[in-house]
Amino acid sequence: MKIIVCIKQVPDAKDVRLDPKTNTMAREGVAAIMNPFDRHALEEGVRLKEQYGGSVTVVSMGPPQAEAVLREAVACGADEAVLVSDRAFAGADTWATTYTLGKAIEKNGSFDLIICGKQAIDGDTAQVGPGLAKRLHIPFVSYVKKITGLANGILSLHRLMDDGYDEVEMPLPGLLTVVKEINVPRVPSLKGKMKAKSLSIKTMNAEDIGADAECIGLPGSTTQVVKVFSPVFKGERAMLQGTVDEQVEQLVNKLEPYL
Amino acid sequence: MDYFLSEEQQMIVDIARQITNEKIIPQRAELDEKEEYATEILNDIAQADLFGLYIPEEYGGFGGSCFEIVLALEQFGRGCVAIATSFAASALGAYPILVSGSEDMKKKYMPDVAIGKKRAAFALTEANAGSDASGIQTTAVLDGDEWVLNGTKQWITNAGEAQLYSVVAITDRSKGARGASMFVVEDTDPGFFCGPKEKKMGIRASATCELIFKDCRIPKDRLIGREGLGFIIVMKTLDLSRPGIAILGVGLGQAALDEAVVYAKQRVQFGKPIIAFQAIQHMLADMAIEVEASRALVYAAAKHIAAHPKDMSKASSMCKVFATDMAMKVTTNAVQVLGGYGYMREYPVEKMMRDAKILQIYEGTNQIQRNVVGQELNKEYT
Repeated sequence: MKIIVCIKQVPDAKDVRLDPKTNTMAREGVAAIMNPFDRHALEEGVRLKEQYGGSVTVVSMGPPQAEAVLREAVACGADEAVLVSDRAFAGADTWATTYTLGKAIEKNGSFDLIICGKQAIDGDTAQVGPGLAKRLHIPFVSYVKKITGLANGILSLHRLMDDGYDEVEMPLPGLLTVVKEINVPRVPSLKGKMKAKSLSIKTMNAEDIGADAECIGLPGSTTQVVKVFSPVFKGERAMLQGTVDEQVEQLVNKLEPYL
Repeated sequence: MDYFLSEEQQMIVDIARQITNEKIIPQRAELDEKEEYATEILNDIAQADLFGLYIPEEYGGFGGSCFEIVLALEQFGRGCVAIATSFAASALGAYPILVSGSEDMKKKYMPDVAIGKKRAAFALTEANAGSDASGIQTTAVLDGDEWVLNGTKQWITNAGEAQLYSVVAITDRSKGARGASMFVVEDTDPGFFCGPKEKKMGIRASATCELIFKDCRIPKDRLIGREGLGFIIVMKTLDLSRPGIAILGVGLGQAALDEAVVYAKQRVQFGKPIIAFQAIQHMLADMAIEVEASRALVYAAAKHIAAHPKDMSKASSMCKVFATDMAMKVTTNAVQVLGGYGYMREYPVEKMMRDAKILQIYEGTNQIQRNVVGQELNKEYT
């Protein structure tokens, strides 16, 4: 089985701060990590490979430094790594990102299964996995918490819901997004780390993937980030005094203007 | 302090640190409380390729030395000495085969040990043979093509959890110390039994039991090296393994220091964080100095031993004594810095203090280690 796992490099949520003056993310000194949900996606891909044979290719779209998470993924069991990187991709929203990733994956050859984390902890959209499936015209199941079997090219899955789970079947090729309940990711192995150190990472730019310049980066994005700000909590607190009846009356008086 | 590790050595540290932070530390209190063996975590360590650090590449290992295993053990010791002991005991059980086993024996057993598929254990101690190994009662008698073992071993780490046991037994009592031999016993051998788990003060997530040999028959080729080499193999094995115990003291001492400093910065008494008081500062400073001095000595000793010099014993014993006495002192002081909270099981330092004690006792008591150092000095100055 040829498995592709999409991973993203994100700022470590533990360290994220917004500069109160500029309202931009203070990236200096903030560690960049593999998106935590993508660690689960990678682990599931590696487990499927171990069970059914095949290979795992990790794909990341991002700046050149995203190479670090690709090497980490190889240390944890991925076989090959592809970095989709070009200045022209900058500013992409999920619409342009799915277009770009879709083009890169098509150019990279055939596959049976794509696995993504359910969302990235920076953008939190949860749109890239399903959007990518639509771009590639393949079925997808999101929020997968368990893969229960594979027979005759059909994956049996449990999809996490608010009140339990759905049992779903999906024909391959297809795409999954996974939740953290699906597995416990392994730590890198020594042999994996040594392989990762020397592995040459395939890099694909806009020309390599045959992208239409109008469809990538900021020009290809249908949404724009207009403003980023830290919410300011303006709640006022007042203690009401007197008997219960008096307090109720005061409360009603206070609420009345808003009704 | 920077010890200028190679890139590969730094990888080992990084992996062991990640396992310690992500797997060991979150589970150590529960495993200690339930006295449960950490099978899953040991499997994680196996998956990360760390069981083979000291095993040559031709037998499926990484091809490192006792220094590489020391680097991994330092991290595991920082997390939990019980789990680190279970990991280290496998190396202790495998060293006799590596040190003196035949090529066939190494080929048969080492690849499975290197990938953590099989764990090993070392069986020397008996009820009447602790520091004085000459008190061994377990016997092995050759009967045709088989050795027949009879006797009982005591306090064997990894007993019941290991698949391979390096066992010392007397093959010729008339020859004294030269009458002991060493054998590989497999857990499935007939006449081999494991007793109930001992209840211990510390390292409660490790397995410690009796091993009972009742007409235990094993093939003739399970003899490690030659007949009569038993004690020599034991001494060589312990010379290689003691830096691994010493470094557990360093990892444990570091963990206790970390807890004490973090606490001292946030605990406010008399209107100030207690780290502002010189009484506390000096305690913490002494702890830090002693941890670093121990680390430097253990690293140096492990590197010295890795070069297989003739004079391994003194370095090996010196670092074991120094670093484990330090661990006892530093963990005790960490409990003192945390005061009443430190004595509560809610905080990790009481476990650290309980765990520290065994380091001064097992793999040769610190009194025996001083004997070794003293005897070596006596030889050197003639």
